[in-house]
Amino acid sequence: MKYLNEYRNLESTKRYLDEIHKIATTNWNIMEICGGQTHSLVKNGILELLPETVRMIHGPGCPVCVTPLNLIDKAIELLENDVILCSYGDMIRVPGSEKSLLEAKAAGGDLRILYSPIEAVAIAKENQDREVVFFAVGFETTAPANALSVLHAEKEGLTNYSILASHVLVPPAMEAILSDELCNIDAFLGAGHVCAIMGMQEYYPLVETYKIPIVITGFEPLDLVQGIYMALKQLEEGKFLLENQYARVVKEHGNKAAIDVIKKVFEVGNRKWRGIGEIPNSGYIIREAYRKYDAEAKFKVGKISAPENSQCIAGEILRGIKKPHQCSQFGKACTPSNPLGAPMVSSEGACAAYFHFSDNLISSK
Amino acid sequence: MDKRKPGVETINLGHGSGGTMTRDLLDKIIFKTFNNPYLNQKHDGSIVKFAGDYAISTDSFVITPIFFKGGNIGELAVNGTVNDVAMCGAIPKFLSLAFIVEEGLSLDDFAKIVNSVKKAADKSGVQIITGDTKVVERGKGDKIFINTTGFGEVHPKGNISFDNIEVGDKIIVSGYIAQHGMAIMSEREGLEFESTIESDTTNVNFLVKELLDKFGNDIHLLRDPTRGGLAGVLSEIATDTNKGVAIKENEIPLEMQVAAACEILGLDPMYVANEGIFIAIVAAEVADEVVETMKNNEKGVNAACIGEISDGHPKKVVLESTIGGKRIVSPLIGEQLPRIC
Repeated sequence: MKYLNEYRNLESTKRYLDEIHKIATTNWNIMEICGGQTHSLVKNGILELLPETVRMIHGPGCPVCVTPLNLIDKAIELLENDVILCSYGDMIRVPGSEKSLLEAKAAGGDLRILYSPIEAVAIAKENQDREVVFFAVGFETTAPANALSVLHAEKEGLTNYSILASHVLVPPAMEAILSDELCNIDAFLGAGHVCAIMGMQEYYPLVETYKIPIVITGFEPLDLVQGIYMALKQLEEGKFLLENQYARVVKEHGNKAAIDVIKKVFEVGNRKWRGIGEIPNSGYIIREAYRKYDAEAKFKVGKISAPENSQCIAGEILRGIKKPHQCSQFGKACTPSNPLGAPMVSSEGACAAYFHFSDNLISSK
Repeated sequence: MDKRKPGVETINLGHGSGGTMTRDLLDKIIFKTFNNPYLNQKHDGSIVKFAGDYAISTDSFVITPIFFKGGNIGELAVNGTVNDVAMCGAIPKFLSLAFIVEEGLSLDDFAKIVNSVKKAADKSGVQIITGDTKVVERGKGDKIFINTTGFGEVHPKGNISFDNIEVGDKIIVSGYIAQHGMAIMSEREGLEFESTIESDTTNVNFLVKELLDKFGNDIHLLRDPTRGGLAGVLSEIATDTNKGVAIKENEIPLEMQVAAACEILGLDPMYVANEGIFIAIVAAEVADEVVETMKNNEKGVNAACIGEISDGHPKKVVLESTIGGKRIVSPLIGEQLPRIC
C-alpha cells in the first residue's frame, strides 16, 4: 500500500484543501478528464470539501460510457453466434439497443470476464476449435495490452483470436470540448494513467492554442486536491501551463515500450464517441497488416445503428455541460439497475458515481 | 473433454439412484462419519424434541473453487448456517445436510468435504440429524452444491430485533472485513502475495453466546455480512429501521494485504463477501465492553467500533472517508465488476 496510504492522508489532504480555500477568489470550472478521477472525487467526498466557487466538471474519460451503442450490439451479435467473447468487467452491464452483454450471457452466450486480454489469448489457445474475441475498449491506457494480445496471438500462430476494438484518445476529446461553443471549462485535470503511457508531449499544443491550464493528475484524494490546487493557482495567477502533479508515475515521454506496441498494431483514425458523435482522428484502428485480428472485418457483423434513448442526456454529461442530477430522469427512470445510458452503469460513469456515492443529503456541486 | 484421471474412483449417477450404490456411499462415508443417535435411526427424517423458542435458518453453498486457502465448501456450509442461527441470538444445536453432487467428483474429494463438515460441526457443537445426497449428470452442476438448515435454541437473554435499534447505538464489527471474498478471488485469479490470503471461515456461535450471556438485551442486532459485504448489511439496517447509519472508513478493520488485493483487482472491500465475522449493533453504554469482550476471544481479536446509528439521514449509510469527506454507501446492484482502468 506504499504510494497509496500516503496519498490518502488526512493531514496532507487538509493542508491542500486549506490552501485551495485561501487562494480561490472567484468562480472556476475545472474539468477532470478521467472517469477514475470522477469516481475518486465522489467516493472520497472531495466535492463537499471544495469551496463553493470551485466547480468540478466531469469529463468524458469513461471508456464504458463513450463506447458506441452499435459496437455493444456487435459484441452481442458475436456472443449469440457461438463466439467466446471476453470483456473487461464493467462493460457487461451497459445497455445495447436491446440488451446488455450480461443478458446475452444469461441467454446462453459464452461470455468471460477478464482482467487482461492476454488471458483471452490463452483461452484462444485452449479452444482452437472456437473463435475468441476480446472486446478491446478503452483509452490509451488499455491500448498497449490490447495490442500486445494481437502480437501474442500472432506469435502463437493462432487464427481464432481477434479483437473488437473501440479505442479512443484523450487529446482529441479535449480539443472537441474546448472548441464547443458551450464550453465553460477554465482548466483541466489531465488523466494520469493515460499520460503514464503517452507522456506529456501531446498536451503542450492544447495549452498553447486554447490558453488553458492543464495539470496531469493522479487518482488518490491527495493527488486530486493537489491537482486542483495547482490548476487553481495558475488560474488565479492568470497563467496557463502544462504541469505534472503525478510525477511519481508520469514521465515527459511516457512509456516507450508501450507506445511502440501501440504503434505497431494500431494507427490513428476517426472514431465515434457514444453521446458525442464522430471526432476526427480520435481513436485507434487496427493497421492493415493486422486486419485478420480485427473482429469487425473478420465477422462482418451487421451494421446495426440504433438511436440512443431520447431521454438520456449522456452527451451533455460527457461534455460537461450538465451534471448528472440535472437530468430529469436521474434516479427516476434511470438507475444503475435500469440504466437509460452508459454513464449510469460504469463505476467510472459520472451518473453512477453520483447515484452511488452522493444524493440530496450531500449537495452535489 | 473428460478430464477424469484413470484409476480415480468417482461419484456417478448410480450413487444417486437409491439402490445399493447409494446405500454403500451413505454407509461408508456419511453414516460412518456422522455416527449419532439421531442419524442412526435411519428414518426418512429425524425425530427431535424442541422446547421453547427455536431459530431456524437455511442456506445453499455453491462456491467455486470448492477447495480454497483456509477451507473448503464443507466447512463453509456448516459455519455459514451455524452463524446465521447464532445471528438470531440462538445457540445452534442441529443441522440438516443435503448434497447435490455432479457426477465425476472424486470419492476422495467427496470424503474430504464430508470430513470437513464433520469437523466444523463438532467445533461448533452441532449435530447432523438428517440429510440427502443427489447426483446430477456432468454439466448439470458444478462439482458439488451443499444445502444446510440449522436449528438453534434462542438464548434466554437473547432479544435480537430491528425494533430494538435506537439512535446512538454503536456498530461493532467482530474482525477484518473482506478476508474470505478476497481469498476466493485471489485463488480464482491466481494472485499470489507475500503471504497467502486465507479465508476466515469459522463459527462465531460461542462468541455470540458469550456476548448474550454478558450483555443480554443490550445486544440489539446481530448480522452476518456475507454476500453484499459490509455495505449491503449496513444499507439493509438503515432501510429497515428508517434510521441513519454513520461510519468512519478509518475505523473499519481491514488487513493490509486484503486492502492491496482489492486495489489490484479494482474491488471495494465494503462490498466483498465475508465469513467468520459479524456486525453487532449494541447499546452505546456497553459498546466499549463489547469490543473488549470480543478482543479477548480468538474469534474477535480484531473487533472494532466503526460507527453509530444516527437520526440525521434516515435510510442512508453515510461514510466519512479517510480524508474527512462524506459519501453515501449504497448497496450493490448486481455482482461487483472489475473496472477497465
